[in-house]
Amino acid sequence: MHIPDGYLSPSTCVTLYVLAASGWYGALRRIKRVLTTRTIPLISVFAAFSFVVMMFNVPLPGGTTGHAVGVAVGAIVLGPWGSILAISIALAIQALFFGDGGITTLGANCLNMAIIGSFVAYAVYRAIAANSEFTSRRRVLAAAVAGYCAINASAFVTAIEFGIQPLLFHDSSGTPLYAPYSLGVAIPAMMLGHLTFAGLAEAAISVGMVSFLQKTDVGLLRGVKNLALGPESLLPIPAYEASQKNLWWAVALLMVLTPLGILAAGTAWGEWSSADFANAHARAQIEAASGNQAPPSSVPAGLQKLSSLWTAPFPGYAPRFIKSPAFGYSLSAVFGVGFLALAALLARSVSRRKRQPEARA
Amino acid sequence: MTQHFIQSTLQGFTRALSKALLSEQVANQPGLLQQFDPRVRLVGMLSLVISVVLCRRLEIVAVLFVIAVVIALASKVSLLSLAKRVWLVVLAFTGLIALPALFTTPGDAIVSLRPLSITTQGLRTALLLIVRVETAATLTTVLVFSTPWTHTLKALRSLHLPAEVVTMLAMTHRYVFLLLETANQMFESRQSRTVGALTGAESRRVTARTAGVLLSKSMELSQEVYLAMLSRGFRGDIQLLTEFRMKARDYAGLAAFLCVGCLASWIGR
Repeated sequence: MHIPDGYLSPSTCVTLYVLAASGWYGALRRIKRVLTTRTIPLISVFAAFSFVVMMFNVPLPGGTTGHAVGVAVGAIVLGPWGSILAISIALAIQALFFGDGGITTLGANCLNMAIIGSFVAYAVYRAIAANSEFTSRRRVLAAAVAGYCAINASAFVTAIEFGIQPLLFHDSSGTPLYAPYSLGVAIPAMMLGHLTFAGLAEAAISVGMVSFLQKTDVGLLRGVKNLALGPESLLPIPAYEASQKNLWWAVALLMVLTPLGILAAGTAWGEWSSADFANAHARAQIEAASGNQAPPSSVPAGLQKLSSLWTAPFPGYAPRFIKSPAFGYSLSAVFGVGFLALAALLARSVSRRKRQPEARA
Repeated sequence: MTQHFIQSTLQGFTRALSKALLSEQVANQPGLLQQFDPRVRLVGMLSLVISVVLCRRLEIVAVLFVIAVVIALASKVSLLSLAKRVWLVVLAFTGLIALPALFTTPGDAIVSLRPLSITTQGLRTALLLIVRVETAATLTTVLVFSTPWTHTLKALRSLHLPAEVVTMLAMTHRYVFLLLETANQMFESRQSRTVGALTGAESRRVTARTAGVLLSKSMELSQEVYLAMLSRGFRGDIQLLTEFRMKARDYAGLAAFLCVGCLASWIGR
């Protein structure tokens, strides 16, 4: 599943790097809150372990063998955030020091395997394992399904990344410039191998390791917080407050810069209103942006029906009473950020209230 | 089931170790890339990889492939090892992926093999994919072979990658070899104790148990490493040394790499 350089277009690589970087940033922040000074040695050694396990040939039914990523075991032992970091570091070592896997596609590979894989594995494992005993058979089943689902979710996202390439990046003669297969081919081709061999290899290694750890080292299955026990792990992290302050400065700067959006020419692909289908100029823009494919002659019935469902308070990022579009953009940004901050505060206070009775119990 | 899964795992370990050894050997020889500052090597080769991905014209990507081969030769990377480790592997994998595109890409037919036909667009996209992947992989491998990993790490740090990430990369790289060695010994000792053929379920158990023991060992190791760090005064702050100095030759090399990269991207756009 390691995508080499050359399969994805530069803009896809940049987008996936940005998405992966936000995952890495969030993961590092969260894991440091739990592990503090243990973060570096624990994540590094686990990453080295992941690297080695990725090289194991897992015997499969039928006499064949397959390779596993070990993402479910990572998510079970380190939690999703620790697993994201460890698997990403292992993939980076493969790409930077062993030349396996692309450098421009490292963001894509980390997003697919480390980030999506870890989240899916963790969610499935927690959903099935629930509050069962750490030594129960249910946890073994949960690990198997988690590994199988995680690797298939990663493969599915990889297939989508491949499949959108010919749609978006082709020359004037219709020659695809990067991965050449459309979604209709890429998804079945990718999933066939992963629903069978790779999925089984991941499930087999997850089952085997969890059931082995249940017998020999059950502490490793109790979650990442258990690994962080010890007085020295309570050392403070000095950079935390400063980084939150910097985040608010960055948000303020982005709010001031929002009028830059007015400079963008044309409309964003897919963000058309029902009125655009009747406007000749807008139709020409839709056609040009869609690879010279003419839009339907009338407004699609579903779009027509749903467009009257909700009228935004600030249509086009500007309240009606404000004449200056730049000021309207900034005001929309202030309202948007304020609304999200309020929602986040509300969610935090609700989750704290929920947690307090548990802590008392 | 025979023990071929142990054999192939051991072969995989040996390949990784021999790659790392070869890298150390090549990096210590006098060559074109070796004479530049590691930051120049990293930025220069990365700019060429990016230009390979940016190029939309097959001819320009082919020119970049020739440039990559020339850089490899001038940097004492043997073409035989490149062919064995990169070109054939990429050809087998990407070639297989690109082959059906010859027939499935809609366009003007050039050869008709009823009921299928090869299209101009299909041929072009398959060649573009193969040459592009070969070129990028060659450039990356030449960079890996010509630069000791400690230098790559320091170069990454001087490119403002967070110190924590650089430290984790360094530590992971260090322990990859230790854990490879440990896993190697575990599989070898298991193999020496195995008489006759293992069933499928047994061989899966052997693999999972080895991985499980390796995980327990890794966790103990991380605890030991952590205590060793604390004993040396580690309190969460990371200090890294970068003693590289750019000379006139380095600036010239960097300019040359960036010019080739920009020019290729511009012509091949």
